[in-house]
Amino acid sequence: MTPHIGDSYAERNARERARALLDPGEFREVLGPFARLRSPYLAAQGVTSQSDDGVVVARGTLGGARACVVATDGRFLGGAIGEIGGAKIAASLELARRDAERGTPTRVVLAFDSGGIRLQEANLGLLAIAEICDAVVALRAHQPVVAVIAGRVGVYGGISIVTALCNEVIVTEGARIGLNGPDVVETEAGADEFDAANRPLVWKVTGGRRRFAQGHATALVADDMPDIRAAVEDAFVRNGPFVAIERPEFPDPGLEREAFLRAYGITP
Amino acid sequence: MIETLTFTYPASAHVARRAHVGAVASGNCELLLEPSPGPSASVTVRTSVGGYAATWEAVLARFFARHSIAVRLEIDDFGATPAVVAMRLEQALEQAR
Repeated sequence: MTPHIGDSYAERNARERARALLDPGEFREVLGPFARLRSPYLAAQGVTSQSDDGVVVARGTLGGARACVVATDGRFLGGAIGEIGGAKIAASLELARRDAERGTPTRVVLAFDSGGIRLQEANLGLLAIAEICDAVVALRAHQPVVAVIAGRVGVYGGISIVTALCNEVIVTEGARIGLNGPDVVETEAGADEFDAANRPLVWKVTGGRRRFAQGHATALVADDMPDIRAAVEDAFVRNGPFVAIERPEFPDPGLEREAFLRAYGITP
Repeated sequence: MIETLTFTYPASAHVARRAHVGAVASGNCELLLEPSPGPSASVTVRTSVGGYAATWEAVLARFFARHSIAVRLEIDDFGATPAVVAMRLEQALEQAR
């Protein structure tokens, strides 16, 4: 866990992270930059679009097994998810589920670095997150879903919810996981409550080490490719190729409603 | 709003393959470069920072004067400085050769 200058994951861009996570020489990008699947909504709002909409989908092998790595580009709009990038993530998960059902499983690694939903495509982003969540839960019935959170942005908003649904969450000390971002909390509750400019505080509350201690992450590793690759491999080996995970049990909606009303001092 | 600029330069040399460099990030730009069969280089610039057509022209004219390559080039800009653009152009050429 000692910080050192090595083969850093965080210093790579999304495409190179995906390449480094897959077995050497095994990198085949699906719908890459030259597919020119740009967001059609950004230009009208004065924002430049990116040719891959900030999501890299790469197929290859991982530990010799067929795999798909989905990496979000934290440099482009903070890695925030719009309609097209969201569809690329959801489709990758859905295709992996189809592969699993056919008995030819594909390992999926979600290499997220994202501030959540792209505000310029708010409703479409929300819809995308719902589709991604549904696809993660469906895939979990067949195999573990592994997230690597080790970039400069971390995961916030909707993407932190997707991360929480994953079986295995691999983090580094520099990673961050939170629902509302520090600036959002400060804006809503005031700097006395949470000072977003206080970086040690931000990491103390949302950083990888804290999230691992709290059980929100399953592995804490150094920002070094061999360590991260080993943790990913371990995550799949530990869970076995096929581990059926039940859909989460939701409480009885009627009882939940009563509890909610009681909490607010309303007599049902 | 997004400003779209187009430029054309005469070209004689060819490149071997396409190249993708950079990102649409603050102070950066993304380049998509593809070989073009014709005897010219065509450039499309889309930028969120308007009013710099003359600067783009100067940077691109210098690059294509040095490297007379027949390509189709798309640049998506998020406020890259001329120096960054010049480096991205050289990087794309290095990959395409």
